Amino acid sequence: MDRRTRALYVERAVWPIGRGDRKFWISVMVLGALVAAGVYAWIYQVQHGLWVTGLNQKVSWGFYIINCVFFIGMSYGGAMTSAILRLTGAKWRAPLTRIAEATAVAALLVGAVYPIVDLGRPDRFLYILRYGQVGSPVVWDLVAVTSYAIASFVFLYLPLIPDLPVAKAALGARAGLLGRIYDALSLGWKGRPDQERALARGIGIMAVLIIPLAVSVHSVLAWLFAVTSRAEWHSTIFAPYFVLAAMFSGVAAVIIVVAALRKVYGLGEFIVAKHFRYLSYLLIALGAGYLYFMISEFLTDGYVFESGTTSGLQSLFIGQYAPEFWSFSVGGLLVPLVLAALPGRFPVARATVASVLVVAGMWLKRFLIVVPGMANPIMPWEWGQYQPTWVEITILVGSAAAIPLMLIVFFRFFPVMSVHELDEVEGRYEVSSRHRIPAYAPVYGAGDAGGGDD
Amino acid sequence: MPDPRPLAANDSPTARRDFLLRTVAALVAGAALPLAGLKNVASAAPPAAVAGGPTGPVPTLDISPQAGEDVLIRMQRELARALVKPMDERKWGMVIDTRKCVGCAACTVGCSLENKLPPGVVYRPMTDTEVGTYPNVTRRFIPRPCMQCENPPCVAVCPVGATFKRPDGIVAIDYNACIGCRYCLTACPYQARTFDFGADWTDNAASGRPAALALDGATGYEHLAGFEYGEKWTRAEGVIPQSPVGNARKCTFCAHRLEKGMLPMCATTCIGRATFFGDLNDPTSLVSELAASANATRLKEELGTEPKVFYLL
Repeated sequence: MDRRTRALYVERAVWPIGRGDRKFWISVMVLGALVAAGVYAWIYQVQHGLWVTGLNQKVSWGFYIINCVFFIGMSYGGAMTSAILRLTGAKWRAPLTRIAEATAVAALLVGAVYPIVDLGRPDRFLYILRYGQVGSPVVWDLVAVTSYAIASFVFLYLPLIPDLPVAKAALGARAGLLGRIYDALSLGWKGRPDQERALARGIGIMAVLIIPLAVSVHSVLAWLFAVTSRAEWHSTIFAPYFVLAAMFSGVAAVIIVVAALRKVYGLGEFIVAKHFRYLSYLLIALGAGYLYFMISEFLTDGYVFESGTTSGLQSLFIGQYAPEFWSFSVGGLLVPLVLAALPGRFPVARATVASVLVVAGMWLKRFLIVVPGMANPIMPWEWGQYQPTWVEITILVGSAAAIPLMLIVFFRFFPVMSVHELDEVEGRYEVSSRHRIPAYAPVYGAGDAGGGDD
Repeated sequence: MPDPRPLAANDSPTARRDFLLRTVAALVAGAALPLAGLKNVASAAPPAAVAGGPTGPVPTLDISPQAGEDVLIRMQRELARALVKPMDERKWGMVIDTRKCVGCAACTVGCSLENKLPPGVVYRPMTDTEVGTYPNVTRRFIPRPCMQCENPPCVAVCPVGATFKRPDGIVAIDYNACIGCRYCLTACPYQARTFDFGADWTDNAASGRPAALALDGATGYEHLAGFEYGEKWTRAEGVIPQSPVGNARKCTFCAHRLEKGMLPMCATTCIGRATFFGDLNDPTSLVSELAASANATRLKEELGTEPKVFYLL
């Protein structure tokens, strides 16, 4: 890579920093208003009690539990994508890792709030710390999510350290107080070889560590359901099923965020069609795995025809929840897989549309796990019904808006593409043998074969 | 002493469960020593209504059933006898004779009034299932109180130990500790737990009090105190609603009535004398006698929860 291309890369990476143009403020205000509406709905719910939601005696877990699983799953994909690309030494990762890691943290923060939103007495939330019962999966969850949250913060922060001087330089004379914050956060980074080595080792450790941590979070979330005696949930496949679902929806979320920020920040010269194709391969592999798990679950359950499972399966295939189930299976799984797998034109647009379908489909899938599992009667009485009210819908919209809000605010202060990472994969530093593996790097700036056709 | 639970043999799920529980306990104890700071509410906080002997009637010495005597009289006498024993030597149980149940739901209503239950919160629903096709058709009534399981799945999953099994076998909820996560609702195989979502009977009704009455008729009822676990619980609305609003709620075998020497409301109010209540640890009690009969069964035996509610078929 020549010096001019690198300069352009840095320029693009720091372009949003300190830029308070009208578009930015309008976005912040619109997203902020949605978040505020969600917060208002939650306060309303706390004041009046949970009966203002659609939750009821039979379906007492609904949107909040679905959203918790959904957003934490989304987070997982971001962390995994970055970790896998680092561990495999994929040279094309440089412009993507920062976005993936930031998405992981933003989605996790949103998902981690949901257990509190779900509580009947949120003022007693800290009782879990004071009186925590080791035997309860809720406590396992708290431990797993907290450790994963710390790890994903560190995983975002470590690669950011060498980029902080870049961010400060971008602000130039305007840095002021912010400049001192950058200095403090960069922990005296000078780019010395010993610092490089320490950082490379730190990031390497985190990339390895984040995988079991993320697996544990989603396994524990699955066990929360699987340790009950309900037919839909009491399944040995649940933990890997949830882990795969999380990765699948998470990679899709990363593709969406990458596509959006590429457009907004004009990163098209560096994030090219090849990136979307590689991410699509990841998406296809995970989606195919998910389909396999689904077939395995439904076949073993359906073949035996046990009463509890049968009524659940019937409700999915031909009954009350059939519209959601087939929307997910076809629109959220098969169609996006085909869309992403087909060769041909518009790789970026196809990957993005497929990812939007996958994310929506995986939300539906979580709905199909939680709600029919609750509504299916375990005593001789009618099926439960669940109709969310404006409270749950507003909170969902508000929390979803919080993710782009956090991202655009974050990238107003920190480079959207990792500059240090680029230097590293381009061989400006020889820090670790791992990075000497020749990889299929796209030629930055020169334009990929399918680079401009989205 | 004859075992009142005919189906609990040594190789039953109970034994396996005990083994598993002990294994897990040993593992956890080893792993959790550094976590010794974690406090166990279940063991730390004494449940209300545990202490103190009976304040009710003096027990009679005559234990034999009298000819033609109403079962309520016999159960009342046996209750008094059980109450003089230490709490951990009693094991409250219930027997419901489905052949006598006429499906009137008087137990459901009596329970709701006794515990001042808000809409949706039902401790003892009566399920009414139609069986067969005309002309061979019948209705099957199954009143369903809390099973007060020996191995309650709801207790294990509680993140804060707000629900626990008392020494007398009643599964209780500490309204001062419950955070309202509703995990116990999903874990209970009998759907015996309901959640107090905070709804009132008078919600969405015309508000304002009629001046002529000078009191708040319907809304006044809503704010009468319930006396579960021997404490006063008013569902008053504050900045945020107060417990038991936002808590899980369940049948307590009317623990607050037992403490005063009274039978549970459902047993008292049953018009068909189809609900029997007493001490399963007392081999001569009516419930021990009925629970040992050949037609006694329990719901979902296969789950190994060991319910203390028996049904006579």
